[in-house]
Amino acid sequence: MLSSELLHIGLNHYLGLSAVIFVIGMLTVLLRRNLIVMLMGVELMLNAVNITFVAFSSFNQNMNGQVMVFFVMAIAAAEAAVGLALAVTIFKHYKEIDISAFEQLKS
Amino acid sequence: MNDSFLFAVLLLAPIFGFLFNGLRFKNKNYKLAGAVASVAIGVSFICSVVLVIKLVAMPEASRAIHVHFYNWIEVAGFNANAAFVVDQISAIMILVITGVGLLIHIFSIGYMSHDDRPSKYFAYLNLFIFNMLLLVLGDNLLIMFVGWEGVGLCSYLLIGFWFTDQEKAAAGMKAFIVNRIGDAGFLLGIFFLYVQFSTIEFSSLNTLATDLAASGPLGWSHPLVLACICLFVGACGKSAQIPLYVWLPDAMAGPTPVSALIHAATMVTAGVYMIVRLSFVYMAAPQVMTIIAVVGGLTAFFAATIGMTQWDIKKILAYSTVSQLGYMFLGVGVGAFMPAMFHLMTHAFFKALMFLGSGSVIHAMGEEQDIRKMGALKKAMPITSATFTLGWLAIIGVPGFSGFFSKDEILWFTYASTQGSKWLWVVGVLGAGMTAFYMTRLMCLVFWGKSRVPEGTHPHESPASMTFPLIVLGVLSVVGGWIGIPHVISAILPGHPPNILGHWLEPALATANLITTSAVVEWSLMGISVSVVAISGYFAYTAYIVKTDIPEKCVKAFPRLHGLVLNKYLIDELYFGRIINPLIDISKGLWVYVDVNFVDKLTYIASDFVKSIGRLFGSLQNGNLQQYAMYIAIGVVVMLSFILMG
Repeated sequence: MLSSELLHIGLNHYLGLSAVIFVIGMLTVLLRRNLIVMLMGVELMLNAVNITFVAFSSFNQNMNGQVMVFFVMAIAAAEAAVGLALAVTIFKHYKEIDISAFEQLKS
Repeated sequence: MNDSFLFAVLLLAPIFGFLFNGLRFKNKNYKLAGAVASVAIGVSFICSVVLVIKLVAMPEASRAIHVHFYNWIEVAGFNANAAFVVDQISAIMILVITGVGLLIHIFSIGYMSHDDRPSKYFAYLNLFIFNMLLLVLGDNLLIMFVGWEGVGLCSYLLIGFWFTDQEKAAAGMKAFIVNRIGDAGFLLGIFFLYVQFSTIEFSSLNTLATDLAASGPLGWSHPLVLACICLFVGACGKSAQIPLYVWLPDAMAGPTPVSALIHAATMVTAGVYMIVRLSFVYMAAPQVMTIIAVVGGLTAFFAATIGMTQWDIKKILAYSTVSQLGYMFLGVGVGAFMPAMFHLMTHAFFKALMFLGSGSVIHAMGEEQDIRKMGALKKAMPITSATFTLGWLAIIGVPGFSGFFSKDEILWFTYASTQGSKWLWVVGVLGAGMTAFYMTRLMCLVFWGKSRVPEGTHPHESPASMTFPLIVLGVLSVVGGWIGIPHVISAILPGHPPNILGHWLEPALATANLITTSAVVEWSLMGISVSVVAISGYFAYTAYIVKTDIPEKCVKAFPRLHGLVLNKYLIDELYFGRIINPLIDISKGLWVYVDVNFVDKLTYIASDFVKSIGRLFGSLQNGNLQQYAMYIAIGVVVMLSFILMG
């Protein structure tokens, strides 16, 4: 019974996976110094949220969550395009992609 | 013409002159500036004459023209109106102010012809006349105070008129600062009177004070007595009495017509006028009147001694003014309000005359003021010399001239009033003797004797615009006294001329009780004072014309006394040593120990505290993007846990 409970993939599994991916993404953003990798972390966080949406949508028999996922994917694509464009420009300017090079905003 | 219109023109004509000249103060056309200023004062003079004529036509008991323009200050329990009054007392004052003022304005046209800022000068002069009129016409103490401050301001501006000379600028400031002390007293006096009577109008004050005095003598701590003392402090400042007289001799740094107008004829008599105005109030505080009499007597005496040793023609006249003002205060102190007003008027004539005469001499000598470098100017300047002689006869009190009648009235009251004393009379007579000495000395050294004029200076008679006022004032110095001939003298004169001034002022003034004495006493007192004057005048003539070695011998006989008097009793040095410098030291101490080391330190500590907190929070904003993201993450975690936990 216990093993079948474990083997049967339910909502909690999806949510757990989503939480793990979100934390990985967040830590990537917070701890890695490379701008490209940080952008990848952001994508991870967005997609972790997408998993949550889809999971809830499926279990609640409600299509709203899936609609929301399309929005998030569109925004993620746009964000990736803008973010990468910024990263390229910054790289051209500073010849490196390390986040510590961009502390000019400090007062 | 109705009264308000007359009052408005009387007051506003000088203001118009002030604005006209003040707005074009860089203009150097001295004739236009002088003409406009003189015409403005002339209009005021005509208004004054018309007002006085109206006053004369009124019944004797109710002679006063009140005019109420508007309510100036109206708050709960306190009311001050822009209201003015001409009565017997202020009638004399406005005639003197506008009349003598007009003559001095005319004189100034000639005197200031070489100056490069005549418009400014005449603007100040007109502003002064306006403020002086406010002072004497005001129906309550507050209006008087406005004028009181205004004349102080004009005095300061005119003493320091040639402010590029540092000494003259300093003299202006000295006058202003010493007057501040007096003005503070004046203001406190107004407060005390208001506390006691809840009004500041002269007429109500006088009636209320009389009622109060009728209920018995007042103690020293009574508000009315304190008010009298404080107001007298104000009068001391404005009218240059001991201990606040020190500014007046220095005030001679201003142009000479200013000395004549402000520091002899009008402003300095404001203190006397104020006390006369409040005569009933002062009669309720006899102990204060004793103080006033003693201060006045001492001032009359000591200023005269200083006057005997000075060499600067204007300084002599300045100390003479202080001394004569002392007589007026002696007069009001013993209850001789009428004689004090009388002396105020005659003094305005003869002292203005002598100051203008000295101005004429200084102008002719090329700005030389040392009487040792003059002499025998009688030939070069016949009109100035002749008019100055009239002033001299008037001030030393030769019988028949104006100064004799007024000074003698004061001395007689000093002797005979219940407020007076024989000792004060002796002091007064000695002062009169010294007055005769220093004025005769001045005449001998300036106009008579041998010429000591340095080579290259060619004294000449002044132009008509300057001699005309001298002649008018010379005539007034002679006849001005005839309106106040004492009863005892008029009794033997043909036609028995009445004491016009006495009758005129009687309803408006308090009168002191006189000890009944016979006419013999009055005659003998008069004889004593006249003979003292004659002896001392003759002695001065001998010492400075006949045997010119006498002054030297006297100086050698009493070198220390002479040195002390020559240096004005070292009063200025005393003030500096005992009051001003300690005050500066205390201020420096306060500055270093209280301001820098305490107040400033406190603010520094507070600002350092704020700064360090700012630095602490500032370190959070270090430009590290990931750290910012971390704050967001921590914030979200904290908020979520807060929501989820409870």
